[in-house]
Amino acid sequence: MAAVERPYPPGDYDVVVVGSGPGGLQSAYCLTRAGVEHLAVISRDDEPAGMFRRFPVFQRLISWTKPQAPVERESREYEWYDHNSLLGDEPGHRGLMPMFMDRSFDVPAREEMEAALRAYVDRTTLRIRYGCTLECVRRAADGLVLETSDGDYRCKVAVFALGVTEAWLPAIPGVEAARHYVDTGRPADYDGKRVVIIGKRNSGFELAQGLLPWAREIALVSPRPVETAVLAHSALRVRYLQPYDEYVRGGFGTYVVDAAIERIERVNGGFRVHAAGTTWPGKLELDGDEVIVATGFRTPLEPLAELDVATVADGRIPAQTPFWESISAPGVFFAGNATQGARGMAKHGAAANSTSVNGFRYNARVLAGHIAEEHLGIRHERPRLERDEVLPLVLAELARAPELWIQKGYLGRALSFGSDGIRDEGIVPLARFVDDAGPDAVAASVETGADGKIVPVLYVRSGGRVDEHVLAPHPLHEFDGADHRAELEGRLKPLLS
Amino acid sequence: MPAETTNVVESLAQLTLFADLTQPRLEEVAHTVGEEVFAEGQRVLRQGMSGGGLFIILDGEAEIVIDGDRRARLGRGDFFGEIAALTGDSPTADVVAATMLRCATVSGPELEGFLLEHPSVMFRMLKAEARRLRAANEWQR
Repeated sequence: MAAVERPYPPGDYDVVVVGSGPGGLQSAYCLTRAGVEHLAVISRDDEPAGMFRRFPVFQRLISWTKPQAPVERESREYEWYDHNSLLGDEPGHRGLMPMFMDRSFDVPAREEMEAALRAYVDRTTLRIRYGCTLECVRRAADGLVLETSDGDYRCKVAVFALGVTEAWLPAIPGVEAARHYVDTGRPADYDGKRVVIIGKRNSGFELAQGLLPWAREIALVSPRPVETAVLAHSALRVRYLQPYDEYVRGGFGTYVVDAAIERIERVNGGFRVHAAGTTWPGKLELDGDEVIVATGFRTPLEPLAELDVATVADGRIPAQTPFWESISAPGVFFAGNATQGARGMAKHGAAANSTSVNGFRYNARVLAGHIAEEHLGIRHERPRLERDEVLPLVLAELARAPELWIQKGYLGRALSFGSDGIRDEGIVPLARFVDDAGPDAVAASVETGADGKIVPVLYVRSGGRVDEHVLAPHPLHEFDGADHRAELEGRLKPLLS
Repeated sequence: MPAETTNVVESLAQLTLFADLTQPRLEEVAHTVGEEVFAEGQRVLRQGMSGGGLFIILDGEAEIVIDGDRRARLGRGDFFGEIAALTGDSPTADVVAATMLRCATVSGPELEGFLLEHPSVMFRMLKAEARRLRAANEWQR
């Protein structure tokens, strides 16, 4: 390899970002834009784009980018139509994904995603120290020390964008003999074989669908029944429901079974999976030439072992505060897919879209502002608003803000009404707005209600007390009409008078 | 690759609520419930705000706080949030993590289906509710 510039040598920094996947790139960009000057970005990879250079196994993403939309590609509103581009402050940094799509589908292939992320790095002139592997993180008196293959980085806080792509294996006897999703290999390797797939969520169905043209027999097995209602509302339904459909219609060769796996045994060069029914009584033996464990992924937290990072989801994901800081290790922040470990309000069980680029790109921007302000003292003046600007701004945000519509129930747009006037507080995590004390203020959000309908919600803080007001849904999702305006005006009266 | 040591199945197996479930059924429940961890001081349920669900404490302690007054402390195996989730009303109390708190969760919209799917859990829950009601009645006398 030719000698290339390697920026960010080991040393002292305010913030270190670890990772060059979409979470790391978005964090690095936003921290720079938030005014963080002493920033280092390191990655063990040799190129950007993280997981998209390996996964999904069957190539195509499940999140849409619509090359044609009713709004301009470089506008903020276009973000709602393009769930795969990273965010940019300047028009030339925005909406890059559609330029790289062959448009045979409205979801990109992963090499298209990789090309768009590479273009983002070029256009934004982001610098990354590649080939620098994080080995261990320890606490120092004034922050953290990141030991890497290139030497030590000292920093006040660190942002870990490590991905959620390490194999997670359940405690099943014999599981080590099977292969994990991450080691699936080529579809042609399964030509004419009987395949048992353990797992019935995204990756299990992705494999089953992808192997339908190759395998002789496919059985999907896991304890929990398929969530057809969830799948019906999911981007997965079109491409992943075919194996389920074949089973439900009856016949032989494709099976979707609810059973707990007792053990996996090697038999005559193949495998025998011993399973016990969960939603039905009895036991079952499933024979396969191959067993693939599609039981999910985890964040590789080994380098952080010394910091005792609390986790959720059976150890898969770090548990985080609403600002994506480890709940047990101060100064340790997360970005990217791992931000699903911050639950937020999660009213009625609805989670935000933090598991995909479209959601976590906003988390990264909010986090950058938080780190700059709270940890580095870089305070940005909040824009002042006139009284008559309040209602139009809140209504427009409820109707079209991509942050609110994509990170439903997690992010909101806040305005404060302090002694020095009305200020635009920007996008904030709702849980912090609701739980923290502060001046009179309102936060507007878009949420999924108890009945599954999308509703606008206002949180009004007045005299130290926060009240929730759930506004009416609208069949066309028009939250900026006369009725909503009238209700908003009434709810904000105490703050505007 | 090492398997996880403290998994949700093992935690659930130790709780009275799930005492009647067979091992396969327990695994199915472990795959159905969510797992959440809260930092000390974090609010888990919010008085007067919609949403919520059933929370079952796996580790740690929580406090029930009404209008700022601490009313009760809950520990491992205790559950909360089910009344608001079943009635569709807002919680009548804050529930705040008193230590680091790990819970298994079932969201409000999923609770009815979850209980109907697992009648032995529903029966154990009903017994616990009956004991709470009797304790409240005795306290009022």
